[in-house]
Amino acid sequence: MNSGFRGAADAGGDAMEGAFIELDRVEKVFDVLKRTGFLRRERRQVRAVDSISFTVARGEMVGYIGPNGAGKSTTIKMLTGILTPSGGRLRVAGIDPSRERTRLAQRIGVVFGQRTTLWWDLPLIDSYRLMHRMYRIPDARYRENLDRCVELLELGSLLDVPVRQLSLGQRMRGDIAAALLHDPEVLYLDEPTIGLDVISKARVREFLRDLNAERGTTVLLTTHDLQDIEQLCSRVMVIDHGRLMYDGPLAGLHEVGDSERTLVVDLERELPPIEAPPARVVKVEGPRQWLAFPASRSAAPLVARIAAEYPLVDLSVREPDIEAVIAKMLHSLEDAAPQLRSERTVS
Amino acid sequence: MAETAYGGARPYGRIREGLRAYRLITAMWIRSTMAYRASFAMTTLGNFAATALDFVVILLMFSRIDALGGYQLPEVAFLYGLSATAFGLADLALGSMDRLGRRLRDGTLDTLLVRPAPVLAQVAADRFAVRRLGRLVQGVCVLGYALSALDIAWTPLKVAMIPLMLLSGGAIFCSVFVVGAAFQFVAQDASEVQNSFTYGGQTLLQYPPSIFAKELVRGVTFVLPLAFVNWLPALYVLGRPYPLDLPAWVAFTPPLVAAGCCALAGLAWRAGLRSYRSTGS
Repeated sequence: MNSGFRGAADAGGDAMEGAFIELDRVEKVFDVLKRTGFLRRERRQVRAVDSISFTVARGEMVGYIGPNGAGKSTTIKMLTGILTPSGGRLRVAGIDPSRERTRLAQRIGVVFGQRTTLWWDLPLIDSYRLMHRMYRIPDARYRENLDRCVELLELGSLLDVPVRQLSLGQRMRGDIAAALLHDPEVLYLDEPTIGLDVISKARVREFLRDLNAERGTTVLLTTHDLQDIEQLCSRVMVIDHGRLMYDGPLAGLHEVGDSERTLVVDLERELPPIEAPPARVVKVEGPRQWLAFPASRSAAPLVARIAAEYPLVDLSVREPDIEAVIAKMLHSLEDAAPQLRSERTVS
Repeated sequence: MAETAYGGARPYGRIREGLRAYRLITAMWIRSTMAYRASFAMTTLGNFAATALDFVVILLMFSRIDALGGYQLPEVAFLYGLSATAFGLADLALGSMDRLGRRLRDGTLDTLLVRPAPVLAQVAADRFAVRRLGRLVQGVCVLGYALSALDIAWTPLKVAMIPLMLLSGGAIFCSVFVVGAAFQFVAQDASEVQNSFTYGGQTLLQYPPSIFAKELVRGVTFVLPLAFVNWLPALYVLGRPYPLDLPAWVAFTPPLVAAGCCALAGLAWRAGLRSYRSTGS
């Protein structure tokens, strides 16, 4: 690519404290060969990432979400240097990832939810020992970090177990520890809680929150679980068809998509539908009623009002499904700005 | 921290980093293999026995005939031993590379790309199999027999040719392994093609060139330079003519050929990895 980038890359990561991760109109175009006949093939270009720009400051925790195939993983792969962007400018800690992949590797940690970075047939501790040497982690630091991870992620009894015998949740915790032994400045997590049970999820989230608070580690995570975002991230980025559709706080996402939360109310007996605007009853089943209300509003006044006016036995609040929120948001954005869609098809 | 850790883009730094990573990963696999000594002994013995069958075939042949393509048993054993030992070295060092295709298919190559070590070293050292020593030991045994049975007027030059051939031959086979692996970036289930050149090539070299068609001999001399592993230099040691009209000095070129092969293999690997990183999969 452009050799003019070299100087910036050599300047190192301390140049711009404000923007730790920088993307400027980054693109990734794949050539896809499609079989159209016995020997004939059609070459088609797919824009997996289409001119994305954003910056992430040091110490931020950002959720990166979007439907399957939206370009999330492709972005992460470019940020780690696995893939080379087709266009645009991309810097992590001042380093061009695709040019200096191995140098950047010392400063980043990566956890792929679907595949492990650990050595499959060997005990967990062997992978850690190898990381120790491979990343040239000073002995004292290695021991300190390992002890901390073992304690907080409860890995003590698992260290001598071959990785292939670990459960999904155990393996994920093992993977997160492996990604943090060398004190990375940024941690990328691709679906870190996928397939985990409730307790494992809670443990992983708590650990990540502490890590960010105590060490100031920048965290970028992709997820399908809205609770991951709610509990961890102050900022959300939504990507669809390779384009950044939303970048801001989670509450704003609900506003844009006017998504709804659901209040499930158990009454003492069967009653006519509850009247408590702005909530509206969407379903009645015996004494149980489902009320939908805007996710951007607090549930407290609504609960107080229903409790005051109706014979209440029990209630619970259900968060909107992340796919539904995104789908609604994308839909409303399209209505508001139809040129966005047409622009996309032209490019 | 990061600056001292990596030699940058200079080839020398990369090679040193690669060797370091290779050493670290193989050491880990050797340790883990040695945890199960009995299993290690059995598989190594099995490896030895399976490859030794190759030579038993040659012995059986010589129980019926006196010469193969004009070559006596010790001479054929010499060719066999050189080829098997050189190949054994390469197989021990890089035999794991045919797993690259699987890594490409299931996407686990990505996990190697986020580590601070050259990918080639990580792929080569992955699941380092100590049992492959069996093949190497078998080759050394046959070579030992050949050297004791051969009736040659040894000169210092001819003696020096032996280690030279083994090292250059090992390096040539290594580059074939790497080129084969690089090809897997393009055609992801090409490991059988690679095997036909590596395992197939070394079987070819176990026999004297005089029994093969001229076209084949030309092919492994000029296209895929396997003839430089043992045929050309060994025929000089044995004092035999080469089937193609080549000047005598080519017998001393294996180190140069090996260096050239390694350089080409390095370039092929880089091109393969670059195509992966720009296309993804």
